[in-house]
Amino acid sequence: MNSVGKYFSDIFYGIKSLWKGLMVTGYYFVHPGTIVTQQYPENRKELKMFDRFKGEVILQHDENNFHTCNGCGICQLNCPNGSLEIITDSVTNEDGKSERIIDKHIYHLSMCTFCGLCIKACPSNSLAWGQEFEHAVFNREALTKILNQPGSLIKKTPKEPKAPKPVVTDTVPTSNPAN
Amino acid sequence: MQEVEFSDILTAQEDGDYIVNIGPQHPSTHGVMRFVVSLKGEMLDYVVPHCGYIHRGIEKMCERMTYPQIIHLTDRMDYLSAHMNNEAVSILVEKALGVEVPERVKYIRTILSELQRIASHQLWWAAFGMDMGGLTCFFYGLRDREKILDIFEESFGSRLLHSFICPGGLMGDIHPNFQKRTKEFITYFRKKLPEYDQLLTGNIIFEQRTKGMGIMSKEDAISFGATGPTGRGSNFACDIRKKFPYSAYDKVDFKEILYTEGDSWARYKVRVDEMWESMKIIEQLIDNIPEGDYSTKMKPIIKLPEGEYSQRVETAKGDLGVFVVSKGEKYPYRMHFRTPNFSNLFVISQLCKGNKIADLIAISGSLDLVIPDIDR
Amino acid sequence: MPFNIYDFSGTTKAVDQFLYSTMSPTWAFVVELAIVGIIILLVYAVVGLYLVYAERKVCAFMQNRVGPNRVGKWGLIQTIADLIKLLMKELVVIRKADQLLFNIAPFILIIASFMAIAAIPFAKGLQAVDFNIGVFYMMAVSSIGVIGTLLAGWSSNSKYSLIGAIRSGAQVVSYELSVGLSLLAVVIFSGSMQLSVIIESQANGWWIFKGHIPAIIAFVMFLVASTAEINRGPFDLAEAESELTAGFHTEYSGIRFAFFFLGEYMNMFIVASLAATVFLGGWMPLHIGNLAGFNHVMDFIPPIVWYFGKTVFIIYVIMWFKWTFPRLRIDQLLTLEWKYLLPINLVNILVIAFIVLMGWYIK
Repeated sequence: MNSVGKYFSDIFYGIKSLWKGLMVTGYYFVHPGTIVTQQYPENRKELKMFDRFKGEVILQHDENNFHTCNGCGICQLNCPNGSLEIITDSVTNEDGKSERIIDKHIYHLSMCTFCGLCIKACPSNSLAWGQEFEHAVFNREALTKILNQPGSLIKKTPKEPKAPKPVVTDTVPTSNPAN
Repeated sequence: MQEVEFSDILTAQEDGDYIVNIGPQHPSTHGVMRFVVSLKGEMLDYVVPHCGYIHRGIEKMCERMTYPQIIHLTDRMDYLSAHMNNEAVSILVEKALGVEVPERVKYIRTILSELQRIASHQLWWAAFGMDMGGLTCFFYGLRDREKILDIFEESFGSRLLHSFICPGGLMGDIHPNFQKRTKEFITYFRKKLPEYDQLLTGNIIFEQRTKGMGIMSKEDAISFGATGPTGRGSNFACDIRKKFPYSAYDKVDFKEILYTEGDSWARYKVRVDEMWESMKIIEQLIDNIPEGDYSTKMKPIIKLPEGEYSQRVETAKGDLGVFVVSKGEKYPYRMHFRTPNFSNLFVISQLCKGNKIADLIAISGSLDLVIPDIDR
Repeated sequence: MPFNIYDFSGTTKAVDQFLYSTMSPTWAFVVELAIVGIIILLVYAVVGLYLVYAERKVCAFMQNRVGPNRVGKWGLIQTIADLIKLLMKELVVIRKADQLLFNIAPFILIIASFMAIAAIPFAKGLQAVDFNIGVFYMMAVSSIGVIGTLLAGWSSNSKYSLIGAIRSGAQVVSYELSVGLSLLAVVIFSGSMQLSVIIESQANGWWIFKGHIPAIIAFVMFLVASTAEINRGPFDLAEAESELTAGFHTEYSGIRFAFFFLGEYMNMFIVASLAATVFLGGWMPLHIGNLAGFNHVMDFIPPIVWYFGKTVFIIYVIMWFKWTFPRLRIDQLLTLEWKYLLPINLVNILVIAFIVLMGWYIK
């Protein structure tokens, strides 16, 4: 008799447990408000990445096309996989001294692993994260970027005392002109 | 259970065996993993796991990288426990140099590890449901994991491979919204976790497919080195957070989940219960993060003194050990990772003996394998 | 030509008379066959495609997604686009496959479901053939389909396919019993196997209400067993994508794969319409006893709407099962049939026979 009782209790327990599961999916079926899908290409206008989003490495330029990179090459040393390459040039400044400037700050996006060591190591805070994320291209060469804009110059701030070093990952977006 | 010598299994193949390759490209091996399976009808005769399809030589690559650079490679081993992997190397370097990190760093590291653990278990739950054929589980798991990834993205800028914990502290401070969003997530997930139980845990089909399947004895767990939830399902108390507390784990009160059955069901229950425990740990810490610096000042070039160092942490999959031989240079002379999945994987030939082919999927799902962690 | 949405028999008779009056009887017969064939083919294609769409939408809503929404308004022509894509894809030739059987297998599956559609009464007078053994015919024809599955698995010379096919064979053969026995319940109630007679017998109430508890048990049994018989989740062991990649149709590509896919959905439609016809009154409106006013209002809804409404409801329930439950293992599947469904069904048949004998059901 005990086994007969177990037979029927098994059936009822089974049906009850299945019904519980059906209730969960049934609830979501009749509540379309719980849909979490984002309509990606349509929501491009509203879609905003977080301020700290690691989209790509950029060299910050201000509105007058000045940057602060002096071509020291520390970012290149810190990069674990050779994504950054700096080609420097020397020019003679108004004092008649030879001075190092960057000719090309080359960034291989295809090799970058977004570890952030270059940005952390940069002594002049020239590098920052850009929020661009649509990197798909048809040609791999297009992923090699030259970070310094054409005609950009190094910003000269010799007179001013050096500002305390803000850490890039800690900045609010307004202080970050490239963002 | 019949004893199986592993060397016997490797040479077991005979002419006339009905050999089926599950993998390397198969939907439920969760990566490029290959099981050579011999079948007798539906029954499994033997299972031989073959790994190495995604070997990238991370340990060798580490020998040409400075310690801060190594961090970004550890992300790519067990990509579901990126924070814990980073933490392991960071703690090792700090201990070797004798650097004491601020309390704030310890608290944040612990919270991140636990959030990462929840996210990892959510993905495992999702994939386990999918292995069993309940595709809806997959979407529910990922839906809730998305909330954690959003928290991560806001603070660290990335969703999967963070490289956020570095030797000496953190790469930056947490976002001002971090605490608020984490608390919101906990309230949200406390409501959603019972749904998981209704959908899968209590389901009779699921119970019958997991209870009593793939029983691993405590002796097996110890001799194979199966750690983490896989080992704890067999009553093997191997939680590094309890045994050798690191970061802020000595300051929080939590339970080490142990089940004695050792079957797929026990492993399942350990992970579901661990999600509850992780939420408790986060709740204890999230309001008490001390003020302070997010990093100690480290030398620009970190050189470990000559010697051998090791550190263990508890990742979502189990016991991750890092071993470094240093010759006093800025690169490690030799680096070795003892990854939990590698040990957990090879139990499978033992567990599958005498079960059906459908159980192979259920059992390998219950071991929670991440293939890049096996191959490094 | 008389057209009445409530009764199609006038329309069909008029077409018949028109054809016989304009041409020789042989030609009229051929033309009639052609017309019926084309109509069924069209219904088959449209219903099949939109069931795929419906399944994708239903599962999407259950999983907090929106589902297909790119091709056409709400993605309505998504499946048509998919079909065109599948038509244009290469038919991969498997080198060591048994080519003849490999090519025939999808057609056997399609023909089996195609034949079953012929006997479905869509509305009053809208039934291609009305056999006096309709229920028996439907069961016999729908079990031909498993031969297609077995041949597909055997001939593609793949280990995954073979395991899937053999599983499917064991499964369909066992669940056929329960499907038959649960249909037998209503055959006992109505005293006929003819589908039109079964529907007429439900004019004053559907069998699921009139037959009370035993009929409800038979209905649930039918739902479970028929879900298993058509290889749908949670009983989709023949496909079992997490174990056998795609089971018996692993090696198929292009339109041959589409045939299997379409065949699976049409089988679901056939099973759902059989359940609607036998248990829920087919195209018969909902009538409650002597409530003349209520019955009159219900009569205003055309029979074809009633028929499709009931069928869609049952299809939804079958989809609901699939997207909630994990898959069973083969031994559990057979346990469920031989240990639970079959004994309960046998006892149920006995109870029904007794109830009919004593007249303890609502007449």
